[in-house]
Amino acid sequence: MTTQEAFYNYIVRLGDDSLILGQRISEWCGHGPILEEDIALTNIALDLIGQTTNLFELAVQIEGKGKDVDQLAFLRLEKEYTNLLLVEQPNVDFGYTIVRQFFFDVFRKLTFEALCQSSDEKLAAIAEKSLKEIKYHLKHSSEWVIRLGDGTEESHTRVQAAVNTLWKFTNELFYQDEVDQKVIELGLGVDTSLFKEAWQLHVEKVFTEATLTIPANTWQHEGGRKGTHTEHLGYLLSEMQYMQRAYQNMEW
Amino acid sequence: MVTEKDIWEHLEQISDPEIPVLSIVDLGIVRTVSITDDCCIVTITPTYSGCPAMNVIQEDIIKLLSPTIDTKVEMTLSPAWTTDWMSENGRNKLREYGIAPPEHEVDKSVLFAKPTVVPCPKCKSSHTKMISQFGSTACKAHYQCLDCLEPFDYFKCLK
Ligand SMILES: [Zn+2]
Repeated sequence: MTTQEAFYNYIVRLGDDSLILGQRISEWCGHGPILEEDIALTNIALDLIGQTTNLFELAVQIEGKGKDVDQLAFLRLEKEYTNLLLVEQPNVDFGYTIVRQFFFDVFRKLTFEALCQSSDEKLAAIAEKSLKEIKYHLKHSSEWVIRLGDGTEESHTRVQAAVNTLWKFTNELFYQDEVDQKVIELGLGVDTSLFKEAWQLHVEKVFTEATLTIPANTWQHEGGRKGTHTEHLGYLLSEMQYMQRAYQNMEW
Repeated sequence: MVTEKDIWEHLEQISDPEIPVLSIVDLGIVRTVSITDDCCIVTITPTYSGCPAMNVIQEDIIKLLSPTIDTKVEMTLSPAWTTDWMSENGRNKLREYGIAPPEHEVDKSVLFAKPTVVPCPKCKSSHTKMISQFGSTACKAHYQCLDCLEPFDYFKCLK
């Protein structure tokens, strides 16, 4: 694998995470539990899609084949998407959505803080820009985890169930392979193993306040980075890709 | 011969489609204007990554300037836009329009931190309450005045 290929894949992975999560959260549009949360979730979705656009613009530049970002976002096959399994999981309920978001926000914040130092100026600029948004997202999801966890019996039971179900996708956040090794060597990308502990500590701190517990010894899933997904991604893609496939090259 | 100063003045006519009272110059998203060989390059930066107004703003700039000079619009992300880029003039216009301008920084790392005290743009009372950190557009939060009871938008601080 050349440096160029590795860096391209690395950027696409980062972009796929925010694309798929942004699309997933946008399903709440018009269905939020309260109006303010409907607006909050769609705002977060919009930020994530915006971050994706910036990342994909960088990816197509690296690739240098003159591709359009829409091609990358909408016209790949399921196995060509390299997002984390966590972000493609269904919304289920508000508590589940918040727990998924919280796990992701902590991870994304640590990743992008480190990426501000990337040896690639453009990636560093995207990280710096995105980080300002991610901090708002993290505050939002953390506060909701605490409100719901330390809330009523019903809300506690539901978010604890979400934690129990989603925990098995958290190890994958720190998955690394030859793509990562290459970009880490060159200072382009970041070594996520350096902040695995920080991630865990942050989660535990919020969970303590939220009276939530981390399940012991759960089997951990991975595969997203190599294009092996859970069944949920296919349904999401068929909805997301419908317009581009039905009306090729359409623009809004 | 058009000068860069002329272009800056022209750009005052373009408003942010989501907050029509603010020009893109007031908002601080025009970074540079440079004229070279009868061509003008305007560099702008987004407020938020997903700001849907950027495309419209780009088209507006081209539409406005191209009868005078060949114009290209370029986008830059660095240094990232913060609310400090907004002009004093812009802040006053926002307040008159009924949107509270950005105050000092909220510490986003402190959970349940007391939200920033934002005076009501209608009655000036500082007896107000944050309803939601996320408002009608990416750049705004949602507040309510506890004296005159009016809900209002707050152009939230981004740093
Ligand atoms: Zn008032």
